[in-house]
Amino acid sequence: MWDVDIAVPDGSFVGLLGPNGSGKSTILKTIYRVHRPAEGRVLLEGVDLLAMGAREAARRVAVVAQESIVEFDFTVLEIVMIGRTPHKRAFDREDELDRSIVADAIERVGCQALVSRSFNSLSGGEKQRVLIARALAQGADHLILDEPTNHLDVRYQIEILELVSSLGVTVLAALHDLSLAALFCDTVYLLTDGRVVARGAPDRVITTETVREAYGADVLVVEHPETGTPHLIPRRTAQHD
Amino acid sequence: MRPRDSESPVEMRTRPIGPHEAPPLPRAGPHEAPPLPPVGPYEAPLPPYRAEPIALPARRRDRRPLPVVLLVCLVLLVVAMVAGIAIGSVGLNPGSVWQVILDHLEGHPNSTVTDAIVWEIRLPRVLLAAVVGAALTTAGTVVQALVRNSLADPFLLGVSSGASVGATAVLLFGAFASLGVWAISAGSVCGAVVAMAAVFFVSRTGRQLSPTQLILCGVVLSALFESVTSFLIFKGNPQATQSVLFWLLGSFGNANWTQLPIPAAVLVVAIVYLVTQARPLNALAMGAEPAASLGVDVQRLRRNLFVVTSLMVGVAVAVSGVIGFVGLVVPHIVRLLVGSDHRRVLPVGVLFGATFMVVGDLLARTIVSPQEMPIGVITAFLGAPTLIVLIRRRPYLYGTTQ
Repeated sequence: MWDVDIAVPDGSFVGLLGPNGSGKSTILKTIYRVHRPAEGRVLLEGVDLLAMGAREAARRVAVVAQESIVEFDFTVLEIVMIGRTPHKRAFDREDELDRSIVADAIERVGCQALVSRSFNSLSGGEKQRVLIARALAQGADHLILDEPTNHLDVRYQIEILELVSSLGVTVLAALHDLSLAALFCDTVYLLTDGRVVARGAPDRVITTETVREAYGADVLVVEHPETGTPHLIPRRTAQHD
Repeated sequence: MRPRDSESPVEMRTRPIGPHEAPPLPRAGPHEAPPLPPVGPYEAPLPPYRAEPIALPARRRDRRPLPVVLLVCLVLLVVAMVAGIAIGSVGLNPGSVWQVILDHLEGHPNSTVTDAIVWEIRLPRVLLAAVVGAALTTAGTVVQALVRNSLADPFLLGVSSGASVGATAVLLFGAFASLGVWAISAGSVCGAVVAMAAVFFVSRTGRQLSPTQLILCGVVLSALFESVTSFLIFKGNPQATQSVLFWLLGSFGNANWTQLPIPAAVLVVAIVYLVTQARPLNALAMGAEPAASLGVDVQRLRRNLFVVTSLMVGVAVAVSGVIGFVGLVVPHIVRLLVGSDHRRVLPVGVLFGATFMVVGDLLARTIVSPQEMPIGVITAFLGAPTLIVLIRRRPYLYGTTQ
């Protein structure tokens, strides 16, 4: 039932779109080893990612998921330092290199003022920034985002995606907001029921017809007045007058 | 109360107004409206993101260097152990305690009463308390990370309930009688192993060990084993039930040298393993999926953690009974003192848990001397207020984020 072939060129921002349950997260989780595929491969520069050691794979591909809940009280610095896990063996101590990589990651996401704060005391947008810093500290040049802007208000939604696309890494992101996806993605894949039903540039994939077909939603897709990218305008389905 | 204004909007609304009777609204169409001042994001751009510290001063947790913290804890532990040996129904001065220990280490012990009290009675007791305290604290820390739940304690895995069944069978029905002084330990270890296997296999879904399943199966099977214990007590000799109840509440009253090697060896092996897994444990505290994305083999780690903690709890319960509260509370006290990084929590917890138990045992046998209180009473009385004070000083973790 799964027929998915997704290509993510180096340095590009690729979006996975589709209704709830269409398989976006499942595909991402297959890449970062939560699920094992019955068949099929995940190739990273021609090498089978799933055949790699878990630690080696984690040095190449990092993940930022939806806002995560951390049961215990870690500081921001500790959270970002956890990103060094795949680089460390059992008895290794963290050295100057780790510390400078972590400091650099924190600086790139603009969280210097938060380092000694408790992660659990941060706002949703700040948490996502810290988790992006953790992904950067992992040293990976490929970033997987699983609905990273859920629960965030509009300012943080834009800022998080703006931040991610400014990092110069290859990004594969599952996104809910089609208008935002159109603003940031170079290529998008539209999924339903575990199949790719459309792929290509956002303005070709996101249309009134495809949204109606994939999501069963009645929307108007218009052009963004500044960027020309597709923009969704919701409509009410019932008539009220 | 509504405002008593005669032009109350409520009264106005009571007038029957249909669309045709209503006075025509001023037609403010889009073309007649005065043009809105142009405020677009490009003319008034938001300032770039600056993570500014909130008005409250950011609470800095004490991040003293780990060696210093460990040294302080070690000194505290030694002081507690010396006190635990010196204080009792026969008071000794710390100097003579040291003398006895040195004499034995140098291989020429005296045959004095002091020597007998220190070497045969109090030293093994204090050491056993330290080992059990360290084991229960370590197990509690790991179980809380394993199921990602602050309320978890080492007895959650059902091991202690299984051990109780075994020990009760020994105490009431003389099972394993041929093993003599080892009978209770053997009975509780057997019970612990059976319980551990039961929880492990019942809580596996497919090949996965999931935290929720683990909690549920642990709780359910614990209840089952506890009812078996109750049934044994119900069927058993009423006089012997006294000793069962005392065992269930935990005590170091029967401590001797022969009980020490196995728990100590298990503790050392477990702690060495766990310290090597401190980073993966931190990753696991982020959640199973983030841990997987950080290169941690989550299933294997969970399996190993389960087995290691079950073994620690099994041998601890076998020599001391079910001492509650230590495994739940001490890990939290340690986290609140040194943060949640397992590279700090695990070693500090070993020393702190040992100290806690030595002090608890000292109190248990001196407060109502010459009687001995069950140590579970003391650990709860010591632990609960300490934790409450710390929680109220550090509110982040427990529900309030500001």
